Amino acid sequence: MPRYLSLVKIDEKTAPAEGPSPELMQRMGELIEEITKAGVMLDTAGLTPTAQGTRVHWEGGKISVTDGPFTESKEVVGGYAIMQCKDKAEAIEWTKRFLKTHEEFWTVTCEVREIAEG
Amino acid sequence: MEPQPTPTPGTPATTAIETVFRLESPRLIAAVTRIVRDVGIAEELAQDALVAALERWPREGVPDNPGAWLTAVARHRAVDLVRRRENYARKLQEIGRSLETTALPQEPPDPGDIDDDLLRLVFTACHPVLSAEARTALTLRLLGGLTTAEIARAFLTPEPTIAQRIVRAKRTLATRNVAFEVPYGPDREARLGSVLDVIYLIFNEGYAATAGDDWLRPGLCEDALRLARLLSGLMPTEPEVHGLTSLLEFQASRTAARTGPNGEPVLLKDQNRRRWNRMLIARGITALARADATFPKLSASSPSSRLRSDRGDPHEQGGPPSGAPGPYTLQAAIAACHALAYTYEETDWRRIATLYGLLATQTPSPVVELNRAVAVSMADGPAPALDIVDTLAAEPALRDYHLLPSVRGDLLQRLGRTEEARTEFERAASLARNERERGLLLARAEECRLPVGPPDSPHS
Repeated sequence: MPRYLSLVKIDEKTAPAEGPSPELMQRMGELIEEITKAGVMLDTAGLTPTAQGTRVHWEGGKISVTDGPFTESKEVVGGYAIMQCKDKAEAIEWTKRFLKTHEEFWTVTCEVREIAEG
Repeated sequence: MEPQPTPTPGTPATTAIETVFRLESPRLIAAVTRIVRDVGIAEELAQDALVAALERWPREGVPDNPGAWLTAVARHRAVDLVRRRENYARKLQEIGRSLETTALPQEPPDPGDIDDDLLRLVFTACHPVLSAEARTALTLRLLGGLTTAEIARAFLTPEPTIAQRIVRAKRTLATRNVAFEVPYGPDREARLGSVLDVIYLIFNEGYAATAGDDWLRPGLCEDALRLARLLSGLMPTEPEVHGLTSLLEFQASRTAARTGPNGEPVLLKDQNRRRWNRMLIARGITALARADATFPKLSASSPSSRLRSDRGDPHEQGGPPSGAPGPYTLQAAIAACHALAYTYEETDWRRIATLYGLLATQTPSPVVELNRAVAVSMADGPAPALDIVDTLAAEPALRDYHLLPSVRGDLLQRLGRTEEARTEFERAASLARNERERGLLLARAEECRLPVGPPDSPHS
């Protein structure tokens, strides 16, 4: 059964400054518990804002280091989930359920990618 | 049953609905079985709900909570069925006699109830009135969400055989009046043991698959792992459930490393440990810690000390005490020793030897003893290990087991007794079940003809 990485991308400019609402956290918590109990969720977490992040870049044989926030990027990774699913359709179904826990004012993109095994 | 409509297979809408159904079907069947008390009928009613979804969702859109929608439809039909049966019974018995009616469950169901139903379904599918083969097929079908065709392919068995097996299993459950319940009486431990064994059997079937096999065969490992993780969530206070989950996480972590580029098996000793899956190892460690934490406490001793090798001689406790780790937890603890070692040589062999000793007190077996001998040879050198192996020479169970002479040959070679070692390797080669292994053993026999080096020192 393949593993899928779902990269949860958000727009930090439109995301609520105070963070997710308690109701969202509640719904999300319940869903994650359900996915975990089903034996599907292997690991998941949210990330701290890009203001606390750092980009380490390799180009032309040189390293450059840039501290966040990454204001020039519209979408930044805000969290991730690693799920073991029968197929991509199943990974997408769980991802849809995850997105539906959000309020309508959110803009979130989940990029679902299969993890190369071996 | 109603006539089947013909939805267009393979369209995106149909695929999405079938995916939802596969996710929901174990809980759906479980919830309906509680009403109709028959897994066969419950499965049919669940299928009816799928048919209803295939008819309506493409037109009306997928409901916000598709699982609840499917459950509501299936429960509705189940309640109808129970009512019809009651009416029938009432007519038969004539009016005037009070009939004990089955209390119909309230809606909506509590999530906790659904978990209970799911657990009942697990115990029903793994009931000892069924043969081991029937239990595995029924478990994969009802709880793993596999189709009959998929189970047949995975077990290299013709589809009609599996279909028959499942039909018969359902009939047996009905005719033997197997209660839809989680056992709490004196047979609880044995019944739980049966559930764990079914999951382990499924895993091993997948683990035994080779590279050329249909991908569904190795896929059984993940099916089993998923069932084990599910069970861990449903029975969080049962240490052996966490023990089994932990064991399977560890074994699965080695999947990529256990076959070579041409599909040949790679022994633990020779595996590239960088290819072990670190996340699965971490999950194995977490599950093992849970198993350890949920043991009934015997004393004030710290729970984490329970699996340590310095725990003392298990024999002095006079048989497995009720709080001792069970066989799956012990095997998980052994697997953890391997997982935590960066090389074969750096492994905590003394601890593994102790854990095998504990395992032997619970499930005595010459194979466990042979494994213990290997661990002792790594911890204390070949001589004490040879003493253990020599006690196994007369074991009828190991008479045709190539690993006995293979291990003995290895120990003799390390002791510098190359002539005897050669005989053992040749004997092992004659018993080996595949060409690759035979070639390897003959090469080792040949090695023994070379001039003798210094004997292996105990801690090399």
